[in-house]
Amino acid sequence: MEAARATVPPWPDVERQRGRDTRQRLWLALVFPHFSLEMACRGLANHEPVAVVEGQGVRARILACNRAARGVGISIGMPLSAAWAVTAELQTVNQNAVVEAAALRGIAAWAGQWSSLVSLMEDKPPGLLLEVGGSLRLFGDLERLTARIRAGVEELGYRALCGIAPTPLAAWLLARINDSRPVRQSEALAGRLAPVPLLFLGLEKTTHKALENMGIRSFGDCQRLSRSGTARRLGPELLRYLDRALGRVADPRVAYVAPAVFTRELDLPAETSALDALRFAARRLLLELEGFLIARDGAVGELELGLRHNREADTCIVIRLLVPGRNACHLLALLRQRLESTKLPSPVTGLWLRADKVLVSAPPAMDLFGSAEEKKEGQQLLVERLQARLGVDAVRGLEGVSGHRPERVWRYCSPGTQSPVAKSEVMASRPLWLLACPTPLAHKPQLESGPERIQSGWWDGEDIARDYYTAHTSDGARLWIFRELRGEQRWFIHGYFA
Amino acid sequence: MNALPEALLRHPGLWQGKARRDQQAYVSTGFSALDAQLPGHGWPRGALSECLVAQPGIGELRLLLPALVQLAEEGRWMVWIVPPYIPYAPALRTAGLNLFHILVVNTADEAEALWAAEQALHSGACSAVLLWSGVCDARRLRRLQLAAEESRSWAVLCRNSDFSRHPSPAALRLGLEGMEGRLAVQILKCRGSVPAATIMLDA
Repeated sequence: MEAARATVPPWPDVERQRGRDTRQRLWLALVFPHFSLEMACRGLANHEPVAVVEGQGVRARILACNRAARGVGISIGMPLSAAWAVTAELQTVNQNAVVEAAALRGIAAWAGQWSSLVSLMEDKPPGLLLEVGGSLRLFGDLERLTARIRAGVEELGYRALCGIAPTPLAAWLLARINDSRPVRQSEALAGRLAPVPLLFLGLEKTTHKALENMGIRSFGDCQRLSRSGTARRLGPELLRYLDRALGRVADPRVAYVAPAVFTRELDLPAETSALDALRFAARRLLLELEGFLIARDGAVGELELGLRHNREADTCIVIRLLVPGRNACHLLALLRQRLESTKLPSPVTGLWLRADKVLVSAPPAMDLFGSAEEKKEGQQLLVERLQARLGVDAVRGLEGVSGHRPERVWRYCSPGTQSPVAKSEVMASRPLWLLACPTPLAHKPQLESGPERIQSGWWDGEDIARDYYTAHTSDGARLWIFRELRGEQRWFIHGYFA
Repeated sequence: MNALPEALLRHPGLWQGKARRDQQAYVSTGFSALDAQLPGHGWPRGALSECLVAQPGIGELRLLLPALVQLAEEGRWMVWIVPPYIPYAPALRTAGLNLFHILVVNTADEAEALWAAEQALHSGACSAVLLWSGVCDARRLRRLQLAAEESRSWAVLCRNSDFSRHPSPAALRLGLEGMEGRLAVQILKCRGSVPAATIMLDA
């Protein structure tokens, strides 16, 4: 007896372990009821009639269509040929399961910023499950978090129905019936799930048929069946389903792990070369990238945007950042300037965005009083913006270099990277303006002071031997001039004492 | 009754004759003779100043340098947009200017130079924006002035003195001329005060 007791692990550990496991879980389900259609339309800024088509050839039928298409008389289930007869302006997109799966993964990667556990629901309609119980502390309360997620999804170009419950299945069902009031306690689940129609449960066909024949119409009806009778007649499937939905048994979900490289594509239903339309579509992709990067606390230093054409090779735009970043607005501003100066060979049929190297983001440490770092970031933004349009070589800083030759004591450098130079060298009077190359003087002006002999540089072949003077002209300009000590001994003007 | 509403007084587009705005909105020119003639005892910030130079090299940079040296302490960019010659680093350092914050922007054409100036002013990341340009389009100048008004930067436009007869929306216009090694500064236009006679500076 005593020995048996000794093998039982001490209580506190068990308690602690349990405490961790029973932390209140809360699931947010996002259901995308019009996924195929939104996939097709999300790259479009304006509302042209768009329809998703299912099937091939004469069997082709309209699977979904947007409001603009409904407005002109297109309806779901209509044969494609009939739809063409209604309007010739209809843009059609074939349903593509592969592209849809990739798009759902794109949203899942984006959603990683809100939750540490995002699970795919590749159902019809598709959706996502997010464990948000652990995110509440970080994002404030549930309402605020839900509102932000919904707004974010909308920015990406999708509309989602939400459901919130302590079990993933219950959250999913609530979302399906568009009941967005959150359920916090498992006890309340039975009542709230009662109106869910039988069809939404996604049971096996035979079970579904049998229940329907028994006059069962909803989740509530299923709950009223006796457990033993149901198990005997229908097998364990329904009971297991009910138990998972109501939280009586565990319902573990596989977390989606986003790939290390960001690659997303977006097809445009109608080809376009309008700058606004391209920017609109690019913004969708950049927002996805931003979410993806926040989720892994990363940043990118370089990203590539491709514009697909019908025949020509893709137009690639590479954006390099001085400081790795992920802010979609900033990236879009840079992209916009590049787009403006890019010549497109033909209209664009689709876009892709790729970021191969995800760097670890080094968020700026905030200062207590109006941050110095923030200011620095603003400084970098300006340089990036100017360089994006004018070119890297057009925006430079100045740097002093030690030496004696007037042309070699300074140079351009990358902004803000000056290396400090010892200030010890006392410069005799030097002009504020220097001419890029000395210009010959026709006649000798009136000298003020000098000469200062500068003779140096024999070791690199660009040696100079000059006598420098200051001089002034009749109209008041003071000049820095020199006479060559070799050859023709001509006079040159090299700068202005502006 | 005759007092204007407070909100109206603070409007950046409204200036009151002789009224002095707060000192922060000005930066001293470094020349007391010139300061005395200017309404805020210095260059206005958040407004466009114009220097009309007969010929580059007569001393226009020496006029701007003391203000630049002061502004360098703010640690923000001082953007030189399409300067006519190379700002010579050793001379700038000798004058006490910290090169670290200098940004030299060269552009292919006038339109891009103006664009760069507007971007620099809008960014709020610049303490000074110096632009050398021959712009004379009234609409362009107005845009520049509006961009300057929305910023806290010291904005200077350097043009040829041929433009002194053209109207300009700049808050301050100075005509510069070299005279026997000295710099003659003529205040052509000055918001908030009456233009005075020519001032001679030993710059």
